[in-house]
Amino acid sequence: MVKLITTQNLSQPDDFYAELLENHNDLSTEDSHALNARLVLLLCNHIGDHEVLQQALAAARQSGGHSDLPSTASRQ
Amino acid sequence: MNASLRDRYDLAFTLYPYARSSDQDSASPVRHPVVIVGGGPVGLAAALDLGRMGVPVVVLDDHEGVGAGSRAICFAKRTLEICQRMEAAKPMLDKGIVWNIGKVFHDAGLLYEFNLLPEDGHRFPAFINLQQPYFEKFLYDAIRTEQAKGAPIQIRGKNRVDAMSTEADHSLLDISTPDGGYQIKADWIIACDGAGSPIRSMLGLDFEGRVFQDNFLIADVRMTAPFPTERWFWFEPHFKSGDSALLHKQPDDIWRIDFQLGWEIDREKELCPKNVRARVDAMLGPDIDYELVWTSIYTFQCRRMAKFRHENVIFAGDSAHQVSPFGARGANSGIQDVDNLCWKLKMVLDGSAPERLLDSYHTERAHGADENILNSTRSTDFITPKSDISKLFRNAVLSLSADHAFARPLVNSGRLSVPCVYDGSQLNTADALPDAPMRARPGAPCPDAPLGDGFVLDRLSKGFSLLGINTQIASDEPLHSISVTSKSAPDIAVRYLGDAQTGVYLIRPDQHVAGRWPTYDAQSISRALAMATAQEARDG
Ligand SMILES: Cc1cc2nc3c(=O)[nH]c(=O)nc-3n(C[C@H](O)[C@H](O)[C@H](O)COP(=O)(O)OP(=O)(O)OC[C@H]3O[C@@H](n4cnc5c(N)ncnc54)[C@H](O)[C@@H]3O)c2cc1C
Repeated sequence: MVKLITTQNLSQPDDFYAELLENHNDLSTEDSHALNARLVLLLCNHIGDHEVLQQALAAARQSGGHSDLPSTASRQ
Repeated sequence: MNASLRDRYDLAFTLYPYARSSDQDSASPVRHPVVIVGGGPVGLAAALDLGRMGVPVVVLDDHEGVGAGSRAICFAKRTLEICQRMEAAKPMLDKGIVWNIGKVFHDAGLLYEFNLLPEDGHRFPAFINLQQPYFEKFLYDAIRTEQAKGAPIQIRGKNRVDAMSTEADHSLLDISTPDGGYQIKADWIIACDGAGSPIRSMLGLDFEGRVFQDNFLIADVRMTAPFPTERWFWFEPHFKSGDSALLHKQPDDIWRIDFQLGWEIDREKELCPKNVRARVDAMLGPDIDYELVWTSIYTFQCRRMAKFRHENVIFAGDSAHQVSPFGARGANSGIQDVDNLCWKLKMVLDGSAPERLLDSYHTERAHGADENILNSTRSTDFITPKSDISKLFRNAVLSLSADHAFARPLVNSGRLSVPCVYDGSQLNTADALPDAPMRARPGAPCPDAPLGDGFVLDRLSKGFSLLGINTQIASDEPLHSISVTSKSAPDIAVRYLGDAQTGVYLIRPDQHVAGRWPTYDAQSISRALAMATAQEARDG
């Protein structure tokens, strides 16, 4: 199984972070959310591997203090 | 009592006007082997299929023909193949409109287009568009043809089932007619009485699921407009006639238009012709002349019964399961129910299979219903996002899909009905030809392919069949057998052999694969046949 990389992998962490914020600077909150959604989809497609994406979803939930499975995961 | 037998809907075709039956004059209730409640598409198809096998059936419907209601328009390839098996498909194909191209728009822009790209060498296209009343009428015409040849099918119009009680080995039905009430007994009941199934209520059975909080205005309009024969779907259309909109051609210069109106609406106001026309005008532009043929507002739901068989009462079609129409899975899946059920019921009636064969009807078709519910729920969630965040992602997908191919498969304006594969069914024999294509694996419907002047599906028998490719089937094999070679039938070789050199397929009466092997072996075949007819418990 391919594992989600959760150790340092960004080549220029400070630059990346600054650019991420810069790209939101001129946007309303609503437009920012929309930009993030497009970004998530682009990156997910780049990753492609379904298991890695599942691990990423679980890791994102966990760090937010949510259980690692959504309560609606029971649907089929 | 008679006064209450008023029509609940207008008729498109009056086909079976009320006629008094001798059962109504009998001193004691007459007993029938099979009674079908409901003469919609599913009930008619069941009557046709059983009648052709010589099973006496009585269809009871509370109307005298086909409802004018504008409902199903897209009929899928598998439905047409099943109708072909019952010799009812030709007029459907002749009348229906074939389409392959779909276009998806967001606001004013074209996001992308798709082509159903049908593979060559099949009798039927991926889809035809045909008004549901025609579909039902053609099934009825096929019933008339069979009746003339002696098929024991009776259809009783204005016969409404009001009550049912179940005895040890039969049920007793209370029926209202314009002449008053009478009773009949039935060994088996097939409840094809639609989404609101009175039979289901009479048995006190549940029908749980999800209602989507949205209303859809359906308008069928007649116009001779220059729009192409394509499926056009808009998300958040620029003409503001709804949150989404659909334009799709039907025969007779009729176009299906539907608009997503939202949850909080005033139905009566929206249905008044002036308001409908305002929406249609905005969509078609000012210069297009049209006539409103039919309008209606629907809310959609996805749900199914926990069990499709309750002793001698079997549910089929909308009575057993309901889906939102995005993906055209309602009537199409109901026809697959019939296809699955009728041969099993016939074998049980003949005593050539045990009653538990009918339990596989539930297993296989509930699997189909779950697949349909899953797909149409996902489509509906995309079309009708149920939260701010799901709308956010939906629109992110839409805006990306204009520029990037990767986002297009995420756009979901309906995943169109494909036939169900009965993976994991207790009737399947484990795949002994794993190098052959997955599409013809045990549980799958046989792929069609040219054979001689016709098609392989035409050559299958009413019972079980064997198909041998590049290998001998013993001449004393009792089953109906077809032998071909890669040379004589190259498309069959591609679709049934793939990388395998030789193959033998055991095919059920509903044209689904029961088992497959590299070569013929009488013992394997007879064990698989026993499995496929529930004569033998599954080993392991
Ligand atoms: C807007 C819309 C679009 C759709 N589009 C598609 C599509 O493109 N493709 C597709 O495959 N499906 C589509 N569907 C679904 C399709 O219309 C249904 O799945 C189909 O009609 C179900 O057939 P049925 O025979 O099970 O039930 P019904 O068609 O509802 O028939 C039930 C019959 O039982 C009779 N009945 C009821 N109660 C009694 C009683 N007590 N006694 C005697 N008779 C009784 C009724 O009068 C009726 O004739 C669409 C549905 C809608 C609403």
